[in-house]
Amino acid sequence: MAREGDRRADPEVARRSRLLEGLRLEGEGARGVAIALLSSLVLAGIIVVAVTQSAGWPEVRRTFFDWGDISSSFPDIARAFVLNVKIFLVCEVFILVLALVIAVLRSLPGPVFFPLRALAVIYTDLARGVPTILVIALLGFGAPALQLTGVPSSRVFWAGVGLILIYSGYVAEVYRAGIESVHPSQEAAARSLGLSRLQALRHVILPQAIRRVIPPLLNDFIGLQKDTALVGTLGVIEAFNQSQIDSNATFTYGAYLAAAALFVAITIPLARLTDWLIARDRRRHQAGGGFA
Amino acid sequence: MSGQTRISLAVAALPVVLLAVVAAGCGSTKPSSSGSTTSASCAKADLNLLSAEKLTVGTDNPAYPPWFGGTPHKPWQVSDPRSGQGYESAVAYAVAKQLGFSKGEVTWTHVPFNNSFAPGPKSFDFDINQVSIAPARAKIIAFSDPYYTINQSIVVNKGTPIASATSKAALKPYELGAQLGTTSYQFIKDKIEPSKTPSVFPTNAGAVQALKNKQIDGLVVDLPTAFYVTSVQVPNSKILGQFPAEPGGEKVAMVFAKGNSLRTCVNKALATLKGNGTLKQLQQQWLAKATGAPILK
Amino acid sequence: MTAVRLEDVRKSFGANEVLRGIDLAVDDHEVVCLIGASGSGKSTLLRCLNLLEPLEAGRILLGGEEITRRGVDVNAVRRRIGIVFQAYNLFPHMSVLRNVTLAPRDVLGLSRAEAEERARELLARFGLESRRDEYPDRLSGGQQQRVAIVRALAMQPELMLLDEVTSALDPELVAEVLSVIRELAEGGMTMLIATHEMSFARDIANRVCFLDAGLILEEGPPEQIFTRPREPRTQQFLERIIAAGRL
Repeated sequence: MAREGDRRADPEVARRSRLLEGLRLEGEGARGVAIALLSSLVLAGIIVVAVTQSAGWPEVRRTFFDWGDISSSFPDIARAFVLNVKIFLVCEVFILVLALVIAVLRSLPGPVFFPLRALAVIYTDLARGVPTILVIALLGFGAPALQLTGVPSSRVFWAGVGLILIYSGYVAEVYRAGIESVHPSQEAAARSLGLSRLQALRHVILPQAIRRVIPPLLNDFIGLQKDTALVGTLGVIEAFNQSQIDSNATFTYGAYLAAAALFVAITIPLARLTDWLIARDRRRHQAGGGFA
Repeated sequence: MSGQTRISLAVAALPVVLLAVVAAGCGSTKPSSSGSTTSASCAKADLNLLSAEKLTVGTDNPAYPPWFGGTPHKPWQVSDPRSGQGYESAVAYAVAKQLGFSKGEVTWTHVPFNNSFAPGPKSFDFDINQVSIAPARAKIIAFSDPYYTINQSIVVNKGTPIASATSKAALKPYELGAQLGTTSYQFIKDKIEPSKTPSVFPTNAGAVQALKNKQIDGLVVDLPTAFYVTSVQVPNSKILGQFPAEPGGEKVAMVFAKGNSLRTCVNKALATLKGNGTLKQLQQQWLAKATGAPILK
Repeated sequence: MTAVRLEDVRKSFGANEVLRGIDLAVDDHEVVCLIGASGSGKSTLLRCLNLLEPLEAGRILLGGEEITRRGVDVNAVRRRIGIVFQAYNLFPHMSVLRNVTLAPRDVLGLSRAEAEERARELLARFGLESRRDEYPDRLSGGQQQRVAIVRALAMQPELMLLDEVTSALDPELVAEVLSVIRELAEGGMTMLIATHEMSFARDIANRVCFLDAGLILEEGPPEQIFTRPREPRTQQFLERIIAAGRL
């Protein structure tokens, strides 16, 4: 016991043990990485073997993963995809605005505004309750069938209207969550300065509310990108419809993979852009103050 | 070394897995189902069937005239394949009879068009649904010999500008449409080459509604279906014309799982029906009207 | 001239009657400190004055005009009264300068240049000019509270209400805020201050009111309240404060 104490007291020994301890920890870390890598590769190997040796594999490979199918259908699908992009870019703008109006209507206080609040509630309930594909079919085929003068018959137009109406219901609720998450003391401070309710909303509450709900807003935007494919049910050729055309011509599904790749390709950069925006904005996320 | 790092490494391995799967596919030579094509006997008891003693035939729902007829009963709509009326229903029962099945031993099952060529075991012995023979398709499923040659045709609203067109070329400036999964769309793209992007509808109902709404100017369908469209579905429409058959013409056939030996026996039955004039008689009975439209060159 | 008068003001939250008949008059340039235990109604009184809470009964008159009558323009009233809260409540997504200029620009209609000039002057007066482009989360608690006071002052109110503005601060930051308030008092601002800082109250108040269970139990000049209180409950309260070392 006394001897150990002496050893520890020796500065040279102490230095060497610190070094050793450092190395030991590093060794543990390196070993952990190696194990993880190896086990992942082994797992990957098992999956590959299991899949490619299964009875149905050749058929599945021929129908789903034929590179010839994928590459030959890609140009047409990419061209058709331009329509999807146009639709969601235009619709998203309208959705962000309409949803904000609905959310604000819903937040108006007092008995005098009850009809507007009720309207907003009914709207969000209906918009979220009805299947999107139904609304698009009803509007896309139904509205022009009325044959009223001045009513556009363009199916892309009506599909866009349908998407805007439906998604505004979802996004309004996202805004509402954001608005309600801003501490009431912020509104109290703004109103105390003499700002009207609308001014307080515009300058103080909404800027904070919207920053807080950027991830769910992005979620709905990504959902919208996928739902642009529904315009195909009206016969318009967009990416998914085009991939169905190719698929039906060859009885294979490579075209679907090509379309899927395009949809994923726009989702990923968008998600990273949003992460970057949120990180950049993080400094202002917390309200400055004791109890906010 | 944290659990998080392990997880992210495992996730990083996923694309590796996927790539390996695609790459490893090359060179795989094992055949799929083991149905041999060398079986010689087409006796009823020896047939390769889903369930013994029963012939399961697939087609899509709704079942449209003139391919199917009769009053529909649940779950079938518009027409009933079980009626024996309509060209494809009649042909199916005629083939079944040749194979030794009574009417009661034939069951019909709903097979949406897309499901007929989906990979994996089929839910039918054969599928009859105006499926055109195409070499690319023949790599995935097996076709019987053809039981009909069809022409494409175009349906338009009476009194519209397109209704005065007299040639294929005159159709170019218009918005045309076809149903998804039909060779009609390919026909539009390859033979008409319109300047406006055509429309492709997942359902017949959608295509018909778009024509009614004048959201498309003309609907390209096979001639027999065109008669149904103009007589029942779209009032005030007419068949502008039919397009002459390409050399050999567009042929429709039944769909089998690849390697299904039943196909040989069905082909034998079809050969018999052709030989003894039954097929022609059925065509006269159900598709006679479908020859009377002007030819558009 | 009476700057603000409360007549028999009553306020309940549900079944809980928090203000049970407050009568109080504050003259121009007067500094009145409200003292009392938590829950005695100090904050509620100030919030009612600013029309943040509706009254159950009673009236409030600002400069002789009744502001609790029906149909009053609430926003116009609030422009005339400045209030600062315990929790500063600065707007976190705006710089200090923007926090201060927001209301003068959007409510008073000042141009951007005018509002910024006024803001910079006030900020400089209280030693915050160098912080004007920072965001609130970069400031200490004391600095944030001073900005909150400046923000209220920028509206040039007739009356300032301060609700326990130093209670949330670390002790070493309290002094800088108190010096700001002192300066305002010396400058002649009419103020109603709810506070626990007894020495400070004793120092700057013209009058001290002791609130107990929703009523002003006792009021008078600070020397009288702090050294010769009449009511036994006032005495008890002060004893507790002294025992806590806060006086």
